Amino acid sequence: MYEFDFIRPETISDAVTVLQDDEDAQALGGGQTLIPVLKQRLAQPSKLVSLAQINGMTGIKSVDGALVIGGASTHAAVAMGAGGYPALAALAGHIGDPAVRNRGTLGGSLANNDPAACYPAAVLASGATVVTNAREIAADAYFDGLFGTTLEDGEIITAVRFPVPEAANYQKFVQPASRFALVGVYVAKFADGVRVAVTGAGDDGVFRWSEAEEALTKEFRPDAIMGLSINPMNMIEDLHGTRAYRAHLVGVLTKRAVAAALG
Amino acid sequence: MTKVAMTVNGKPVTGEVEGRTLLSSFLREGLGLTGTHVGCDTSQCGACVVHVDGVAVKSCTMLALEAEGAEVATIEGQAAPDGTLNTIQQAFQDHHGLQCGFCTPGMVMSAAALLKDNPKPTEAEIRHYLEGNLCRCTGYHNIVKAIMAASGQDVSVLAAE
Repeated sequence: MYEFDFIRPETISDAVTVLQDDEDAQALGGGQTLIPVLKQRLAQPSKLVSLAQINGMTGIKSVDGALVIGGASTHAAVAMGAGGYPALAALAGHIGDPAVRNRGTLGGSLANNDPAACYPAAVLASGATVVTNAREIAADAYFDGLFGTTLEDGEIITAVRFPVPEAANYQKFVQPASRFALVGVYVAKFADGVRVAVTGAGDDGVFRWSEAEEALTKEFRPDAIMGLSINPMNMIEDLHGTRAYRAHLVGVLTKRAVAAALG
Repeated sequence: MTKVAMTVNGKPVTGEVEGRTLLSSFLREGLGLTGTHVGCDTSQCGACVVHVDGVAVKSCTMLALEAEGAEVATIEGQAAPDGTLNTIQQAFQDHHGLQCGFCTPGMVMSAAALLKDNPKPTEAEIRHYLEGNLCRCTGYHNIVKAIMAASGQDVSVLAAE
């Protein structure tokens, strides 16, 4: 790792001040992605601003039918505490491995927006709202390509508000070495329609599969997407799977997610 | 350099570290506690697992300064002061849960974290929990058997290695 100063502010405003005053400063959530990135010298921040000591950034509460989860909540905390939204708790409980889940955070995952991360699929399929120190961002306006988001410099995710669907399920085809999703599909059924979000597959990051959403909104059963397919041209291809393989997995996992959501 | 203070295996410790000093480096090089192993340095192998404030973490993927004020437990604090192994360590010995021993500190610390939350895990639960701990010698069977035995369960039903 290159050298950096480590700073642990106790308020969001102190953290934002440091991040805004120094464009080379970077926020640190649980570090489960950022520390490996720093070890490989792929980033050279001047300062790391730990968000772990800031009050009010953790905790899970139910507000008007939605689950509001603090941005610094660990995956383990969400797995244990998001019982009001079982599909989300199950997703959190299968990220990485137990030690990673004890450090990695919801806000950190979303700010990083790895194209194979699990949380982006949950946020997009749930139509969640990303709450920052400055504003609220709808899921559909938040994700912006590979590792990209519409967060401004120095903007910190303080919480995420998840509307709780009538039924939901996340199916993850695990890439066994990294434990990221080779492909992951999150299906959420709301009173006014179904949302389907796909991670691990798209060459522009997490995306909604609108044809499947229309078909499943009409009829919520696995066979409703028979005949639908994803264009492989827009899929990621790497040594773990071809474009065609990933496109195929999207359909299979969507059906499995619908079947599981129907219980 | 910045001063860092934490409690390690029940004893208050302090040291001077850089911002980039990893917790694993502080434990091994700062405190001489070389029982915590660094295998992959890419947060995959789990040889460096320690407990921070009661939960298992990969100490190669946490900065020493992030552990400021924390209670840290390492493999060195598991046996009694006279060297008597704790239940999990003894079960690893009794059931041949190690060969080269490199992964063992992380395995024992992960097993301790598992049994704290789930005192009677099934074989499947143990295998799932150990996803983040790699062993290149044993094939895992005897590790799983040792953890089941440490939890007071009958291991005669498990397949032989």
